[in-house]
Formats: sequence, C-alpha cells, structure tokens
Amino acid sequence: MFPITLTHYLVAGAFLFAMGIVACIARRNAVGILIGIELILNAANVNLVAFARYWNNLDGEVFAIVVIILAACEAAVALAIIINLFRGFGTVEVDYASKLKE
Amino acid sequence: MSAEVVQAIIFYFLAAMLVVSCAIVVFSYSIVNACFALLFTLLAVAGFYALLGADFLAVTQVVVYVGGILVLLLFGILLTSPLPVILGVATRRTYYLAVAAGAAVFALLVIIVRAFWAGQPAPAEQQSSLEALGTLLLGKYLFPFEFASLTLLAALIGAAYLVRRNDH
Repeated sequence: MFPITLTHYLVAGAFLFAMGIVACIARRNAVGILIGIELILNAANVNLVAFARYWNNLDGEVFAIVVIILAACEAAVALAIIINLFRGFGTVEVDYASKLKE
Repeated sequence: MSAEVVQAIIFYFLAAMLVVSCAIVVFSYSIVNACFALLFTLLAVAGFYALLGADFLAVTQVVVYVGGILVLLLFGILLTSPLPVILGVATRRTYYLAVAAGAAVFALLVIIVRAFWAGQPAPAEQQSSLEALGTLLLGKYLFPFEFASLTLLAALIGAAYLVRRNDH
C-alpha cells in the first residue's frame, strides 16, 4: 500500500488513458471528443513525469512541457474546426457531419 | 506520521478525486457538467506533478490547462450548443462497447505495468527541479523548445484564420 511506488502513478495514468478512450468512443459531441483527447494527453504526461522522478532523469519533464504546448495548439485548432463545423452543419454531433462537401 | 504516510494519504486523496471527476467527465449527460468536472481532473493531475517534485509542471498545468484550454473548451460549448444541451452519448450499444474497450485497455495496461515496473521505490529526496529544467530547456533542448513555440504561433494564427468571417 504505502510507500507510493512508480506503479501507483502508472496505474493512475492507465486509468486516465482508458477513460479518455471511452470518452472518445462514447461521446457524439465534438467538444466531448476533444475532452477525451485532453484526458489521453494528460495520461501520457503523468507517465512521463513519474518516470522522470523515479529514474532521476529530467528529460521526461521537458517532454511533458512540449506535450502541454502541443495540447494547447491542438485545442485551439480543434475548436476553430468545431466552430466551422457548427456554421456548416448547424450541429456539432459528429454523426451528422459526415459530408465532406456539398 | 512519517513523510511516507503523509505522501500516501495525499496520493490516495488525489487518486479518489481523479476517479470521481473522470467518471463525471466521461459519463455525464451534459457536456457542461463534463467540462466543469474536467477542472477537478486537471487539478488532481497537477497535484500528482507536485507530489512527484515537478513543481514547475504543476504550475504550468494549472495555468495552461485550467486557465487556457478549459476556458477555450467552455467558449467552444457556448458558441456551438443550441439552448438545451442535449447530447452527449451515442446509442446504448456503442456505449457498452466503449466501456468494454476502456476496461480492456485499462486491464491490459495494469498487467503490463505490474509485470515491468512492480513496486520500484522512489530515489532519494530531490531538490526543486526548476533550475535544472531551465538549463535543459535553454541548453540541450533549445531547438525542440523553440520549435514548439513556433508551432504554437503557427497553430494560433491558423486557428484565427479558420474562424474568420468571409462575408463576401
């Protein structure tokens, strides 16, 4: 139970990752899917930082910073796309947005 | 109480917060509730960072995710949802399949983790990683760091271009 080991953090990361997968599959709203992707990126970050701490190597933390930067990029571009989707289809339910161009 | 016990108590508190808020994020019917629950998920992750000695990352997590991405998501919902927020989940069948897939992925990852990194203890207490991190970012990893900032600039300009109004 309690010296907290590397395994504890990795299991927490695995849980976040699995929940992100479920959100991506089960949600039909584009913003919901985006939230699922954010969960997955956070799962990766938890693992990177945990390994950085337990292997005494800061490279993992640098990697995590880059992941956070790219998550910000991804959220900005994805929301721009979602707003365009809403203008074109009047909805952000991905099931209804199946046409490429009319 | 020794430091280890305190650390364990904080860890389990954060883990409980993570599990509950994550369940709301994924299973809540309303996307707005999911978004607000995401706040607590992100704060729990920031707590993990702090517990792991990554103080700079914990602050970055709160500033960028909570202060930036979460607000952006809420604006996205605001701009795209017609009044009653219906939505959310797919048909019952897809839903069960998604939960089954998530459970399978989680089980597989736990088996892998337990097989390879079972109970590795923490190394000796380390100092704040801030100084070493700064040296790394502006030394060994200068190019990836600058490249990431350039990517961010390009992505933001691209996003602004994508949502412009073309009236003509």
